[in-house]
Amino acid sequence: MARNVTTRHKVTATVAAWVVALIIFFPILYTLITSLKTEPEAIAGFSLIPSGTFENYVTVQTQRDYFKPFMNSVVLAVGSTILALIIAIPSAWAMAFSPTKRTKDILMWMLSTKMMPAVAVLVPIYLMFRDFGLLDTRIGLTVMLTLINLPIVVWMLYTYFREIPGEILEAARMDGAGLWQEIVYVLTPMAVPGIASTLLLNIILAWNEAFWTIRLTTTNAAPLTAFIASFSSPQGLFWAKLSAASTMAIAPILILGWFSQKQLVRGLTFGAVK
Amino acid sequence: MGSITLKNVSKVFGEAKVIPSIDLEINDGEFVVFVGPSGCGKSTLLRLIAGLEDVSGGQILIDGKDVTQSAPAERGLAMVFQSYALYPHMSVRNNIAFPLKMAKLDKAVIDKKVTDAARVLNLTDYLERRPSQLSGGQRQRVAIGRAIVREPSAFLFDEPLSNLDAALRGTMRLEISDLHHQLKTTMVYVTHDQVEAMTMADKIVVLNRGNIEQVGSPLDLYKSPRNLFVAGFIGSPKMNFVDGAYAQSKNARTAGIRPEHLNLSKDSGLWTGTVKVAEHLGADTFLHLDVDGIGQITARCDGEFGAHYGDKVFLTPDEAKLHRFDDKGSALRA
Repeated sequence: MARNVTTRHKVTATVAAWVVALIIFFPILYTLITSLKTEPEAIAGFSLIPSGTFENYVTVQTQRDYFKPFMNSVVLAVGSTILALIIAIPSAWAMAFSPTKRTKDILMWMLSTKMMPAVAVLVPIYLMFRDFGLLDTRIGLTVMLTLINLPIVVWMLYTYFREIPGEILEAARMDGAGLWQEIVYVLTPMAVPGIASTLLLNIILAWNEAFWTIRLTTTNAAPLTAFIASFSSPQGLFWAKLSAASTMAIAPILILGWFSQKQLVRGLTFGAVK
Repeated sequence: MGSITLKNVSKVFGEAKVIPSIDLEINDGEFVVFVGPSGCGKSTLLRLIAGLEDVSGGQILIDGKDVTQSAPAERGLAMVFQSYALYPHMSVRNNIAFPLKMAKLDKAVIDKKVTDAARVLNLTDYLERRPSQLSGGQRQRVAIGRAIVREPSAFLFDEPLSNLDAALRGTMRLEISDLHHQLKTTMVYVTHDQVEAMTMADKIVVLNRGNIEQVGSPLDLYKSPRNLFVAGFIGSPKMNFVDGAYAQSKNARTAGIRPEHLNLSKDSGLWTGTVKVAEHLGADTFLHLDVDGIGQITARCDGEFGAHYGDKVFLTPDEAKLHRFDDKGSALRA
């Protein structure tokens, strides 16, 4: 009797999980399908069977260069992530290992900047970028993306560092490790999984950031998000080409995510030590 | 060598005086247990000796040398933590070898010492495993292994058995006592469990609110507790305290009678009690009684005693083993 219930439970849970996964994945799948349709097919209405043409990919690549925005995306995502980690690791470290009365307030204040709608500061930031000559530059955008994601990065790292038990550091001290040996042999190995998953998540966030990347760039520093947006242009909407461009834009990050999923899931759900 | 001397040691956390002032002498090779209720400062005292906390005042001497300002590693002590504090990313071998690597010993020497320690602690088959793949008892042994390879002048144990289940705790208790006999090194052991204190210690230090209540051998503390606190803390089940007319008749404010010093009878005795709870353990029986004119009393007798809930039982205290306390709770000696 009990066994029947658990089996039924398992079947229900599995089916439910697949349904939810399919619903979440469906937009990506439909983008892929649409990219393999002709333009008339694409606007004709809902259909899951494309004619299987690769024409859109060829057109997209010949009309606009894919390589340049791709490189911009890589530079922006990696650059802003490294910059964010350089700032966030020491600050999260300090807050996790020598907290003061104000630590919680500072963390909350940092998070509160994420609560503000970006559009509220669009004009001042645009004007600042214009005056400092940062519009459409990789440097300007890297700094922007760093600042946008910094609160999340600090929070994630803070949570990981907090889970490293103080007694282990004390044990290392008793065992004769100096500060430097403590960092190299004990702290860093325990912190690496947390830092790695923060790094991966931030690369994904930076890669997909569209609000600022589209508004602060034109051609030189435009990443793949702007590349996709350029297909919904004044000449009219080209669903199939738009889908092809989108597929090309998300493919690299999807591949990265796929290979690092174990690390990502572990980092997001699992403490540093148990 | 491993003698530890505390002179006037105090510790203040912000406003809170955790340890007002303590003087204590721990002799070389002694097994000393700090025992007391939670929050009594026993762990803090151990951490002060270890150097993990800075003293607010006073001096700590190890083998006559002032180490008050020395870093933990310079004190030549090894510590076993309650949470074991093993390095999760290292194998058992590397965990045990870590202090030796920090001391920059030769690789061959390290290997030999690790192998020896593993043999002593029955860890030889587990050397390549990670701590997460071990049971609680094995982890504890790794933590002990990491401590013994350093050949410290003293071992510090901070409630090392409290994360283990009852059966394993019993076994580990014996293993640690056995280790002490083999190594003959000073051991300072913190616990809130008075059974651990009684069974393992050469010398027990009873702490309460940061003060030492009494220092002595387990049987000293059992036979002649200096005050009500020690009398109530040492011994299981707890000593019974009787105020009022009976105590006055013995020229005391409070009379203390251990549960095992009450003679039980079904026919006659000084006091009459009604059984509230009877615990039949086989080897002995604990009766929790409501005694007329006195209150709650716990009695213990060897073997079985056929009494159950609601039964009438007569009790007579063994006058020779009576403890007497004055108004301030200090023991009165005859």
